[in-house]
Amino acid sequence: MDVWALQIFNGVSLSTILLLIALGLALSFGLMNVINLAHGEFIMIGAYTVYALQQAAIAFTGGPMADWTFIVALPLVFLIAALMGLLVERTVIRFLYRRPLDTLLATWGAALILQQLARSIFGAPNVQVVAPLWLGGNLDLGGDLVLPFKRLFIIAVALVCLAGIYWYMYRSNEGRRMRAVMQNRDMAASLGVSTRRVDSLTFALGAGLAGVAGWALTLIGPIGPSLGTFYVVDAFIVVILGGMGQIPGTILAAFIIGMFNTIFEYGTTAVVGKVLVFTLVILFLQWRPAGLMRLRSR
Amino acid sequence: MRVLPPPAFLHGWVARWCLPALVLLLLLAAPAVLSGFRMGLLGKFLTFAILALSLNLVWGYGGMLSLGHGVFFGLGGYAMAMFLKLEAARDKLPDFMFWSGLTELPIFWEPFRHAWFALPMTFILPAALAGGLGYLVFRSRITGVYFALITQALALIVSILFVGQQPYTGGTNGITNFRTIFGFSVTGAGTQLAMYYITVAFLALTYLLCHWIIASRLGRLLVAMRDDENRVRFSGYNPAVLKTAVFTLSAGLAGVSGALFVPQVGIISPSLMGIVPSIEIAIWVAVGGRGVLMGAVLGAIVVNGAKSLFSESFPDIWQYFLGALFVGAVLMFPSGIMGFFRSEGWRPGWRALTQARAAVLKK
Repeated sequence: MDVWALQIFNGVSLSTILLLIALGLALSFGLMNVINLAHGEFIMIGAYTVYALQQAAIAFTGGPMADWTFIVALPLVFLIAALMGLLVERTVIRFLYRRPLDTLLATWGAALILQQLARSIFGAPNVQVVAPLWLGGNLDLGGDLVLPFKRLFIIAVALVCLAGIYWYMYRSNEGRRMRAVMQNRDMAASLGVSTRRVDSLTFALGAGLAGVAGWALTLIGPIGPSLGTFYVVDAFIVVILGGMGQIPGTILAAFIIGMFNTIFEYGTTAVVGKVLVFTLVILFLQWRPAGLMRLRSR
Repeated sequence: MRVLPPPAFLHGWVARWCLPALVLLLLLAAPAVLSGFRMGLLGKFLTFAILALSLNLVWGYGGMLSLGHGVFFGLGGYAMAMFLKLEAARDKLPDFMFWSGLTELPIFWEPFRHAWFALPMTFILPAALAGGLGYLVFRSRITGVYFALITQALALIVSILFVGQQPYTGGTNGITNFRTIFGFSVTGAGTQLAMYYITVAFLALTYLLCHWIIASRLGRLLVAMRDDENRVRFSGYNPAVLKTAVFTLSAGLAGVSGALFVPQVGIISPSLMGIVPSIEIAIWVAVGGRGVLMGAVLGAIVVNGAKSLFSESFPDIWQYFLGALFVGAVLMFPSGIMGFFRSEGWRPGWRALTQARAAVLKK
């Protein structure tokens, strides 16, 4: 029983990271009909921002401050990833609205450039961010059930981000404009919403969230220039399963994929787990081609 | 973007065949002037040209951007590599199996001893995978970006699957260290020259096959489905079956290109079939000109030529350049190299095709 509880916990932990990554993809597809293959690179940028900040802190102040740079990095990570997102949107994606297949290729080009940039600056080998000491412990729930603080912390941060997104989308003026553009771009534009601004903001927001996911991933393992590629394909599967541009669908799909991945991995191996999940998603799409949920608009 | 119309003598059937014929002549004459090393490189690029032709068929004409063609290329390559490896190992176990602790040959390796089984399999294996996946995907009317992402996931999964099954596939290292092909040394100059000409022959055959398909009723339907799938459906055709057929054929051709690649380059590994190589095929087609057969051939040769030129001396700069190529080819030159030839007066078919695509892009 404890073993299963632990699997479920691990599944939730993976799901929350996937969700942070997939939300940005889902939003930009729902809004602009573009798929951003450079999305994974925002994860990488987030992770390297933490690393750079920590290295700087160690170099200038010695050991003790380095622990806190991790927390200080969070808003900075969001900001830097969002700015990079804005840059990609302004220089590449802006020209390719409603040409989704072409955006795939162009954003892949952007991804190659960003990856090589990381390689030029930080070197090709993986680097490790030192996790803060106060996250080193475990929450012992008795029996064999031991939950690492790190993972609990990641779940908590993801939930805070999710709450933030909810607030932004459903309680703020910007969010209302965003939903309006999603439902009917022309109508929103004719009512005075600056759709260009909404597009840029949403894209930057998605990139920022991916950056936060990268920030969280530094707690789990080493980071490298191609860190993003690995996670982003899972995130695409999440978006396909959830239904493009659907926030509730994306959330549900992230949890389903995260759970199945962990459970299959436990029963078999990581690779076979991925193959099984992929097969199940293809079979599911036979039944509901549009994914779990679908935006209906007039 | 409008360029000057080409000279009048480039019209009609002369135009349709003179550029391909010129390229073919150059390729046939190339071994006379190139060193063995350069000829080997060119031979490799020509297998990529076949691969690009196969992707151009589904993407350029059919509008289905497959980001998993590396997988089909790889499957064909692996089938060929299994045959060569068994020939190299003679009656013993292939070396990597021995290192991974296998004591006898896995059952599914056994038939690959025979050329009559292995060679057709280079086409059949990838075609079967594409047929199965394609039918499921097209039947549920998954198109466009969804299709691209699903095929990309396929590339990721198959490549990590091959990495994970070390005893059966050679893992990350793939399959290499071949000795002979039908008794001839694989590295011998004569064998390499023969392989080069065989590749040129296959390229010409693939070109003719694609040309024939494009000109046929199936080809017209393919373009029609790209431009308006529902209209084709309402006209009484079944797009799922048609698209699956073309996708399957394309995957089979990609497999053949993999089979031609292996004896010339001497290795097949998962790094040749993952996400990165799969999407690079798309850039060859985009640079050459999608929806034009010759574009795929020229794109594959030009991009790979530039790659081996640049990346030998400046690997870092090549990555930036490749990235810029992806962005630039899409943003600034959507019709690629062949776009320069394609303008008013070239050929009505091409004009109609360009206009149809422009309409789709605007939509």
